[in-house]
Amino acid sequence: MENLLSIITFVPLVAAAILALFLRGEDAAAQKNAKWLALIATTATFLVSLFLIAQFDPADTGFQFVEERDWIMGLTYRVGVDGISILFVMLTTFLMPLTILACWDVKVRVKEYMIAFLVLEGLMIGVFVALDLVLFYLFFEAGLIPMFLIIGIWGGKDRIYAAFKFFLYTFLGSVLMLVAMIAMYVDAGTTNIVELLGHDFGTETVSVLGFQIVGGMQVLLWLAFFASFAVKMPMWPVHTWLPDAHVQAPTAGSVVLAAILLKMGGYGFLRFSLPMFPVASDMLAPLVFWMSAIAIVYTSLVALAQADMKKLIAYSSVAHMGYVTMGIFAANQQGLDGAIFQMLSHGFISGALFLCVGVIYDRMHTREIDAYGGLVNRMPAYALIFMFFTMANVGLPGTSGFVGEFLTLMGIFQVNTWVALFATSGVILSAAYALWLYRRVVFGDLIKESLRTISDMTTRERAIFAPLVAMTLLLGVYPSLVLDVTGPSVAALLDSYHASLPADAAGLRLASH
Amino acid sequence: MISADISVMMPEIALAVYAMAALLGAVWTGKDATAPLVTWTTVAVFLGLAAWIGLGGQGERTAFSGMIADDAFSRFAKVAILVSAAAVLAMSQDYMTRRGILRFEYPVLIALAVLGMMVMVSAQDLIALYMGLELQSLALYVVAAIRRDSVRSTEAGLKYFVLGALSSGLLLYGASLAYGFAGTTRFDGIIATIEGGHASLGLLVGLVFLITGLAFKVSAVPFHMWTPDVYEGAPTPVTAFFATAPKLAAMGLLARLLHDAFGTATADWGQIIALLAVLSMFLGAIAAIGQRDLKRLMAYSSIAHMGFALLGLAAGTAAGVEAMLVYMAVYVAMNVGTFAFILSMEKDGTPVTSIDALHLYARAEPLKALAMLVLLFSLAGVPPMLGFFAKFGVLRAVVEGGMPLVAVLGVIASVIGAFYYLRIVYFMYFGTEREAVETRMVPVQWGLLMASAFVMVAGVVNLFGIEAAAAAAADVLVR
Repeated sequence: MENLLSIITFVPLVAAAILALFLRGEDAAAQKNAKWLALIATTATFLVSLFLIAQFDPADTGFQFVEERDWIMGLTYRVGVDGISILFVMLTTFLMPLTILACWDVKVRVKEYMIAFLVLEGLMIGVFVALDLVLFYLFFEAGLIPMFLIIGIWGGKDRIYAAFKFFLYTFLGSVLMLVAMIAMYVDAGTTNIVELLGHDFGTETVSVLGFQIVGGMQVLLWLAFFASFAVKMPMWPVHTWLPDAHVQAPTAGSVVLAAILLKMGGYGFLRFSLPMFPVASDMLAPLVFWMSAIAIVYTSLVALAQADMKKLIAYSSVAHMGYVTMGIFAANQQGLDGAIFQMLSHGFISGALFLCVGVIYDRMHTREIDAYGGLVNRMPAYALIFMFFTMANVGLPGTSGFVGEFLTLMGIFQVNTWVALFATSGVILSAAYALWLYRRVVFGDLIKESLRTISDMTTRERAIFAPLVAMTLLLGVYPSLVLDVTGPSVAALLDSYHASLPADAAGLRLASH
Repeated sequence: MISADISVMMPEIALAVYAMAALLGAVWTGKDATAPLVTWTTVAVFLGLAAWIGLGGQGERTAFSGMIADDAFSRFAKVAILVSAAAVLAMSQDYMTRRGILRFEYPVLIALAVLGMMVMVSAQDLIALYMGLELQSLALYVVAAIRRDSVRSTEAGLKYFVLGALSSGLLLYGASLAYGFAGTTRFDGIIATIEGGHASLGLLVGLVFLITGLAFKVSAVPFHMWTPDVYEGAPTPVTAFFATAPKLAAMGLLARLLHDAFGTATADWGQIIALLAVLSMFLGAIAAIGQRDLKRLMAYSSIAHMGFALLGLAAGTAAGVEAMLVYMAVYVAMNVGTFAFILSMEKDGTPVTSIDALHLYARAEPLKALAMLVLLFSLAGVPPMLGFFAKFGVLRAVVEGGMPLVAVLGVIASVIGAFYYLRIVYFMYFGTEREAVETRMVPVQWGLLMASAFVMVAGVVNLFGIEAAAAAAADVLVR
């Protein structure tokens, strides 16, 4: 099984090609076949990925399952995983079958819908396993195409605007990264990520268009990567595409967007920004801290004011991603572990919350909070599950949400107490908007005429939520499951990070203020 | 030594003889009735010549005391020109027959234009350069106006002719200056007079005029004004031809001139080309946004693409030339597919080229729409399509050449450009219900559309040896 990673990456793509080329017709039978094929392919991918995690050796901090092949234009196809990336691969393969199940009721252009999701899965896995700059960029960017179509074809009323905003926003962020990647190639003579991790990029002050850039090339490269990952993450103030995209995307699209696509930004910070440009990261960390703190407080307040459920959850996602960026640039074991943990846990929780919205949207075709109220009377099972994930979103101890927030806050507290103070207030704010949302939608008397006949969750819907509940609880009470895998790799990353900071790093940071 | 000279020029001579014979034969027999036959024979001749040059050519040879060269560069360019011309000709036959504009002169003129292009890319001398260029241009002026009874087509032809004559004048003036200051018209003679990495002032002025003349041919900004009008006015198959082979030939000629005649003065022209490139990329990207007509849009798209290809040249390195050649090959492949689609668009038998005719096209024709989707994303340079790798190669050469800021401008322009390709996707996939356009395709058109889309995806795995050929070609030019 030397090419396990390639199999995981390409099984969904091959399934998509089969669907595109060999499945004809738009009748019910063809739709059913498309859905089943997609489900089988994603499930098979998940099962194969179980072999991956079973054979993975957490103690080894290098890259495992590495494959190398010559590619066009002097490039190399190179994939592999380490303790940081493997869990994101698992997250993706775990969530995709659930996503396919979640769009079982789609009636319009089912075949294309399934193709888009299968392609998307392959590309997302590719991002996490790529060990070559260009290959990474290829997967990173290509994911825009299926997502653009998913939002644009199957989205809500203003889908066109949202699709274009999503595409152009993220595309602009990424192309700057492309130039930075080429500059890295020219400087280091390789696009191999493993070698680049060991390459020292220059930090001598350079002059660009008359501006003196302290920290030199590293800072420029860092900023270019930051432009891309901050948009993808998304960080305040470049988060504005996310609420639009989320609101307009179909339920399954929102799930993938929140649960997996956003994680690419965080993964990028972990894989590129922090280890490859340590001096620049150290120098610009305060910027990230304050942007994260503002994101946490500001977007939580914005979430309070939302009338649309999906928009509320979208803003809550931005706030939660604030903890991630903060944790990553705290650059200590707790911060990084917490950031990875928070990303995984957010994958389950936000995915589940969007599914929760989807459940009632499918019945009532509105996401207005005011259109609901008193659902507990007719939908007890739904109320329970929604309650569970609301609590997890708030960060109740015992759920995975707590562990991530706690670890990142612990990490940042050691570095910058003030930022930690602001960020902690976000915990209270998140309780405020999440519980308020829950009260307005679920509690109270069922007085709205339109809700009198609403039915509780079907077996299929329950089956989708069951694994998510299980994972959220499991990680909440037994976080070592994740931390044991990531720990050694994170420790190794931090060792080399702190080793490559010059002795006068603090002085450099002062000079930049 | 005349037989040695002739053997170098053998493919060109064969094509010239064929063109004359076809002309005579058609006039002698059925005139326009023979047009389809002549068209297909011409396609066969092009493909045969391409195979001959591509498989048989080896080494470097010069002819006529060094005026014409047969080397890896000219072979690469010639094969690309012949294949793309054959593709365009093959897909236009049905369109032109049904519209009643397929005259026997059309394939013959195309053959003569291709002959001119073949001379252009192997020129080693200013006279040979001009000869090839004019043969090509004169044939193209006529082809642009081939729809005699259409005001737009005649206008396109006239506009092209007037502006083309102006550019030829500029080019000739530049050539005469170069001759005056270098004392020779031979490229190797001119390069010998350049000392210390800078050309003398007079030579430099000559170079600027030469570049201006050629910039007109590749429609680089600010010499692009004719492009949208001619693209829109000319019959669609002619537009398809304009967008492919002549662009390749002109870029090849420009590369030859800059490297063979001024190769040691890179610093002198690198900036000029970079400026043309940046202006073209931005104007192409921004002006295309407002277009409602597919052909006009493709005109601006080709301006933007030429900007990117020029960027490769601006790097002034072998890697830059290689990137430019790969870019042009990919560009031509994309355009053949896209135009095969545009050719087939019609409503009630009349051709349609407005973008909003494509409303919800994907619902009626999912496979063709998918092929177009691939091509459009490839044109926009979004990975994983081949168009991205073409752009990547150019950007890599530019950053290596020490112009990272120009590369940043390039990627910003490509983001702006992505918008209008996405707009077409938007119409095809997200539009509103409306009477859809018909796209009746003959097998050739269908095959070319699918093949072109397939190459954009499959090329990512394997470039079919284009890279190696382009690298060899670039090595000849930049030593």
